[in-house]
Amino acid sequence: MVDSLNLVFSFLYQFGDAFAFLVLSACGLAVIFGMMGVINLAHGEFIMCGAYVSTRAAHAGLPMPLAVLAGAAAAGIAGMVVEWVVIRRLYERPLDTIVATWGISMIVTQGVLILLGPSMQGVGTPFGSFSVGGYSYSVYRIILMLSAVAVLAALWLMFTRTRFGLLSRATIQVPHVAEALGVNTNLVYSLTFGLGAALAGLAGGLYAPTMTLVPTMGASFMVEAFVTVVVGGADIFLGTAPAAVVLGVIKAALTSWKGQLAGQIGLLIAVIIVIRILPRGISGKILRERA
Amino acid sequence: MEQTSRIRRILALIEGPQTLGRGPRFWSGFALVLLLACAYPAFADSYDVGNNVYFFNWLFMALGLSLIWGYGGALSFGQTAFFGIAAYCYGVLTINLGDAYGLTLFSLLAAVGCSALCAAVLGYFLFYGRINGVFLGIVSLSVTLVLERFMAQTAGPEWTIGSARLNGFNGMGNMPSLTIPWPGGPIVLYPDLPLYYVTLALLIAVYLGLRMLVNSRFGNVLVAIRENPLRAEMLGYDIRRYQLMAFVIGSALAGLSGVLYTSWGNYITPASMGMTAAALPIVWVAVGGRSDLTTTLVGALAVLIVFQLLTIHASQYALVVMGALLVITVLVAPRGIVMALVEATLRLSRRKEAR
Repeated sequence: MVDSLNLVFSFLYQFGDAFAFLVLSACGLAVIFGMMGVINLAHGEFIMCGAYVSTRAAHAGLPMPLAVLAGAAAAGIAGMVVEWVVIRRLYERPLDTIVATWGISMIVTQGVLILLGPSMQGVGTPFGSFSVGGYSYSVYRIILMLSAVAVLAALWLMFTRTRFGLLSRATIQVPHVAEALGVNTNLVYSLTFGLGAALAGLAGGLYAPTMTLVPTMGASFMVEAFVTVVVGGADIFLGTAPAAVVLGVIKAALTSWKGQLAGQIGLLIAVIIVIRILPRGISGKILRERA
Repeated sequence: MEQTSRIRRILALIEGPQTLGRGPRFWSGFALVLLLACAYPAFADSYDVGNNVYFFNWLFMALGLSLIWGYGGALSFGQTAFFGIAAYCYGVLTINLGDAYGLTLFSLLAAVGCSALCAAVLGYFLFYGRINGVFLGIVSLSVTLVLERFMAQTAGPEWTIGSARLNGFNGMGNMPSLTIPWPGGPIVLYPDLPLYYVTLALLIAVYLGLRMLVNSRFGNVLVAIRENPLRAEMLGYDIRRYQLMAFVIGSALAGLSGVLYTSWGNYITPASMGMTAAALPIVWVAVGGRSDLTTTLVGALAVLIVFQLLTIHASQYALVVMGALLVITVLVAPRGIVMALVEATLRLSRRKEAR
């Protein structure tokens, strides 16, 4: 009895860990895709930016939560600069935006390697561990799970309760009408891209203590971020969150059975099958049935 | 009589609405370039000639991507996956079968067939699911990244197929080169003159063959789908089938690149499928002008040579330059830099004629 409870807890922990990773790595990508129809292939580089800045800040003596926020802010600002320099010119051509952001990703990855060297001294995972039934679990992982839920809640409040949320939802639905009614859609796009980049930076800052900091670290988030957005579809609440739940179960089960790579392969196969059935993702399915 | 006219009709497809370059002026230029390419080994060291086959190896993948992305309008970021599948297949097959009796040629066909089969399976799910164009790019990229990670962890002795060890991150080596059985003793295609001419001939054949393909009914429908999928569907074409076929052909060409590369260097690593490796074909094809085979070929060759020179002289900046080239192309010359130059020249000459 106690043994099976331990197993249940162990699986829940694995699931929560996978869920948090999927939500945090995908939400920035999903916000930008949902609002602008653009897949930001420099997403991993914003994650890397957040991780580097927050680690630097932590080394400089800033407490952990502030350091993470500093990472998010830095990535957000970088995102707005990228939007202003490149993305703004490509709104009429969403497919070209993907290619352009890939170019940016190459420049940034290699640029960081040249400027800051092949790796950076990390900070150890804080808060130690606790044990349940002979297995030990990291406290920090629990904090990551709570952060994922907090991020979803904060985004929900932002999109439903604030003026920015209202204007941005108007801009996605019918951009031209929103513009005619006096919404500065360019500003909305710019802020949205910045928000997406900041969320990526937040993920980077949060995961920085658990990973090795190398310029290519962004790539290790990409597969999870991609599959979550593809399965979820364009809506972050009806799509990304449920997709992360479903994929989290698959990933946790396969990871605990055969290791991390099996988890990823399982995710990929799940995605390829899902798109055959739900090409517009979970949110496309839900929205069509409601309509 | 009937037969010759049919052959003539097929050959006439070498020029058409979907390809730039027609008439005696283009073809004499083509012949001149071909002549120069054939004469090149006479002026260079045979070691250099063998090394420079490297550039040709990649052009098949570039042409395939031009077909999928430029003509078909489907963003496939996963061409290096098919490159890698064919490369590893070739390695495993030739290490097990050896290089006698033309078995390397069989391995070549089997490896290319294997990557075409994988492309058909993946493409079935993607195109028949009518996936959003944006998603096509990221799913194919994810496949590549996962495949790289999978191959990178095959270091242990349990990852052995027959007598071929996959060797994980370090890559697989020591597979035999392509060998043509010949009455006077087999011709082994080491990086040397024979390999140069064989690869060149293959490249010309693929280029001319693709020209005919894109000017045929198939190519016209493919371009119609790129321009307006809904309209093409209303006209009664099954767009999924056409896009899938283009995807399979293009991926088979990526596989051909993989086999040629592996046979040329007797070496293949998982890094050939990673994020950076996957980005480079996009750069070659985008910079040249993806919507035409000739500009793709010229652009890809130019970018490859520039990249190689940069890697030798300023290795760490090579990728920065490639990234910048991609961003600038998209911003300034979205149809490709070579394409923009061609269009500017055409406009100038037309203006002169008008005067």
